Amino acid sequence: MLDNFLNQFWPSTVDGLALGSIYALIALGYTMVYGVLRLINFAHSEIFMIGTFTSLAVVGAFGFSEIGGIALVGVVLLLALAGGLASGASAVALEYLAYRPLRKRGAGRLAALISAIGASLFLQQLFARVLIPWWFDVPQEKGALPVQGHFVVREDVFAIGDFVVRNDKLIIFLAAILMMVALDQFVTRTKLGRGIRATAQDPETSVLMGVNIDRIVTATFAIGGAMAGAAAALYFMRFEETNYFVGFLLGIKAFTAAVLGGIGNLRGALVGGLTLGLIEMYGSAFFGSEWKDVVAFSVLVLVLMFRPTGILGESLQQARV
Amino acid sequence: MSTLEKAKPAVKGKQQPLRKVTDLFGDASDRARDWWGVQTGVVRWSVYLALIVAALFLPHAGIGSFMSPHSDWQSILFYPIGGYILLAIGLNVVVGQAGLLDLGYVAFFAVGGYTMAVLGKIWGWNFWEIIAVGIVLAALSGILLGAPTLRLRGDYLAIVTLGFGEIIRISATNTDSIGGPNGIAGIPHPPNVTDWAVPANGLTEALDLDGLKPFTYGALDTRPYYYLLVGAIVLTIVLAKRLEHSRVGRAWAAIREDEDAAELMGVPTFKFKLASFAIGAAFGGLAGVLYGSQATSIIPEDFPFILSATILAAVVLGGSGNIPGVMLGAFLIAWIPERVRGVEEYRVMVFGAALVIMMALRPEGILPSRQRKAELAEGSGGMGAMGAEVGGPGGSDVEIEVKK
Repeated sequence: MLDNFLNQFWPSTVDGLALGSIYALIALGYTMVYGVLRLINFAHSEIFMIGTFTSLAVVGAFGFSEIGGIALVGVVLLLALAGGLASGASAVALEYLAYRPLRKRGAGRLAALISAIGASLFLQQLFARVLIPWWFDVPQEKGALPVQGHFVVREDVFAIGDFVVRNDKLIIFLAAILMMVALDQFVTRTKLGRGIRATAQDPETSVLMGVNIDRIVTATFAIGGAMAGAAAALYFMRFEETNYFVGFLLGIKAFTAAVLGGIGNLRGALVGGLTLGLIEMYGSAFFGSEWKDVVAFSVLVLVLMFRPTGILGESLQQARV
Repeated sequence: MSTLEKAKPAVKGKQQPLRKVTDLFGDASDRARDWWGVQTGVVRWSVYLALIVAALFLPHAGIGSFMSPHSDWQSILFYPIGGYILLAIGLNVVVGQAGLLDLGYVAFFAVGGYTMAVLGKIWGWNFWEIIAVGIVLAALSGILLGAPTLRLRGDYLAIVTLGFGEIIRISATNTDSIGGPNGIAGIPHPPNVTDWAVPANGLTEALDLDGLKPFTYGALDTRPYYYLLVGAIVLTIVLAKRLEHSRVGRAWAAIREDEDAAELMGVPTFKFKLASFAIGAAFGGLAGVLYGSQATSIIPEDFPFILSATILAAVVLGGSGNIPGVMLGAFLIAWIPERVRGVEEYRVMVFGAALVIMMALRPEGILPSRQRKAELAEGSGGMGAMGAEVGGPGGSDVEIEVKK
């Protein structure tokens, strides 16, 4: 156990950071929506899933294969843009169709949660039963949808002893950090960002101050969705496969990451995501990979026992942006 | 302000046709409740009795041919329909009464199921002994989960319970001594109470009861299990009702409405939250034991997260906090997917869309508790309000009132 852990320490660290970056980007969507609406957007995992299928479509349409080196950065950028657009648009549509009617009626959060679960099931099944069979001409029950051949050439960028960094993992990590910084700046410095923070802090007062809540909510879903779409592009580059169920576990983990870091807090999403990614990989090296989810959830329970509002504390507005 | 005035009628007008139907239904259920409220004990007890008797005749093949032409009515009556109802009543104690969001309720169902499997198959215990042990173990696991986590609020609790549900399922998958991913097969049926059979004559034939051995638990006939389950459901309803009107129930209501205020008024909130977890878990464990005894084999995949979500959906759809509503919700959620098996492929998709539409039309549930409905009219759903107090321009009744 311990031997294995020590042998696997550096590779686990690299894998954990790459995985954690993806968690962090998905967690952003949960955390922003939660910050503004106090709603667990369960269908966010399906927004991510839509992003992965967009990547698949783009890769198929352009016929990318065996891409490596600097060209990979360009391709990933394209995938992320396409995924971000598709996912962002779906997130806005989701808000408009599934959550807005409830919000207008002043329904409880529990009702919104059920609506979210319903939307999540609907989107999953829409892909499983309608879109995938239509698109690929095969009835796809579950299973993966592999791309023909590999579209990414994986090469080591640099290595310090055991600390070997491969190109795809490096891109994931850097892209995640870059996007987080950009989002952080956006929320801090722009007018829309200020509106988001104000709404998160006190919706009633912000309405009185002239903030258009509907616009803020739309923007929040669009940004969260776009981040999930970008995360989906990175995920697709890393694993080169997807299925209609891909968002489920990732979504739960990402939400866990958001809570771990302090839900409603943007920086908390990054901290929580990276922490969870590392814990999972270390746990998997230590106890065997079948226990990694148990380790991750147990750590969540432990952290919440001692820091009930997560590592960095909650709320979008207090994250001294 | 002028934009508010203009926007308001537009929103109303758009929703009118859909709302009309649900409002009509709401009026009817209100009137039924008013009638019920003034009835004397005699009338009430005869209605209860009639409902129980009706439940006993429910497995009739004639009813089945209409209710589920695509699958065996008698077995789906036991599970999922009856099982979901029992689980929903249990979850309602936690979610509807104490207002704690539990996304991992299936874990207690699993504890009950595995207790039945391990004690019955490996240790050779008797079903009737196991029922007690299963309930106690499930309640203990509820306390075990609740003790460290119930100091958390709202959504933190939700994610921790979700995590707990996953931990239980994954641990069961990874533990070879309880069968790992293959689970446990060959769980014994309950021992027969008597081999008495309903005599065959004209009347029993018409009722489709001839030759039924209601206390003989075999592999083929699910009706004896169904009767066992009906008994369990009646028992839990009585218990839940008694609790609701007791000091404990009032404490739960206080916690649900405002935890801080309850604490200040001297309600030991932590203790009562723990109690609701333990009682809810005990009901879940009971359902698990019954399920295990009929199914004869259980695997960890019988207890996925989506089952927790489904039961929660049943509670909220039916009207959280109101037992008849919750039972109706559970029945619909279990029955509709079976009924529409003809369109097999799309049934889960339809189910998902139906949840979204139902929540948009009747966010308070089909048969909400009176109290919950009143809260909703105030604009706050009791469990916080998803930014509803504001709603944005043209959306909220609160603003209109302020304007007047």
